[in-house]
Amino acid sequence: MTPFMGYFMLGSAFLLIVSMGLMLGRLLGGPTLYDRLLAVNSFGTKTVLFLCVFCFIIDRPDGVDIALLYALMNFIATIAVLKFFNYRALDVTLSGADAEDAR
Amino acid sequence: MSLIFAAATETAHAAEHAIHVDWIGVIRTIGTVVSMAAGLLFVLAGTIGVLRLPDFYTRLHAAGMTDTLGAELILLALIFQSDSLQMVLKLLLVAFFLLVTSPTATHAVAHAAYRAGLKPLLGDYRAPDLEEDGT
Repeated sequence: MTPFMGYFMLGSAFLLIVSMGLMLGRLLGGPTLYDRLLAVNSFGTKTVLFLCVFCFIIDRPDGVDIALLYALMNFIATIAVLKFFNYRALDVTLSGADAEDAR
Repeated sequence: MSLIFAAATETAHAAEHAIHVDWIGVIRTIGTVVSMAAGLLFVLAGTIGVLRLPDFYTRLHAAGMTDTLGAELILLALIFQSDSLQMVLKLLLVAFFLLVTSPTATHAVAHAAYRAGLKPLLGDYRAPDLEEDGT
């Protein structure tokens, strides 16, 4: 990586951190629960991007694996929290007629 | 622009009496810079939209649209920079999972908020009733 690319990647990582910090404002001050969930989801996406850029900066390709894991975990966490606040429980089956009964 | 050419020619082999420009490096550098700048623009615009828009559904629009496109553009910029095929495949896998899961999560949040009875700001218009449109 050339020095110009190194500084460019550092600037991009800094802007991603600034974006994550601004998103924390909506997370802490969101009026409703869903605003906070949206902020958490967007924060997770930006974290994945920051991990990818950061593992290019430190020149270790292993970080992309962690970013991939974090992307999947972020999605599952969002769905699980939504399901919990919809049904007040996590052991509700969501397929077919059972979902209709649960409502 | 001169910075980009200087960055590209640093790794190029200098022939006798002439500087040989590494055109593949120039194309990769320009692709990285353009994609990363566009992706950061989308990500920052989405963040500012989430902070400043008045309603939950408009905030959802800002975050859901721009995060997906911005993430794909930033990962495209990193794909331009990667050296090995393994790195390219891993970044493509991350991009694929973000492309699948990010709109799904956005839709799930919007659906849960609408089922919970959160009404959008509509002005003169009227939101469809939950009893009328079923699911």
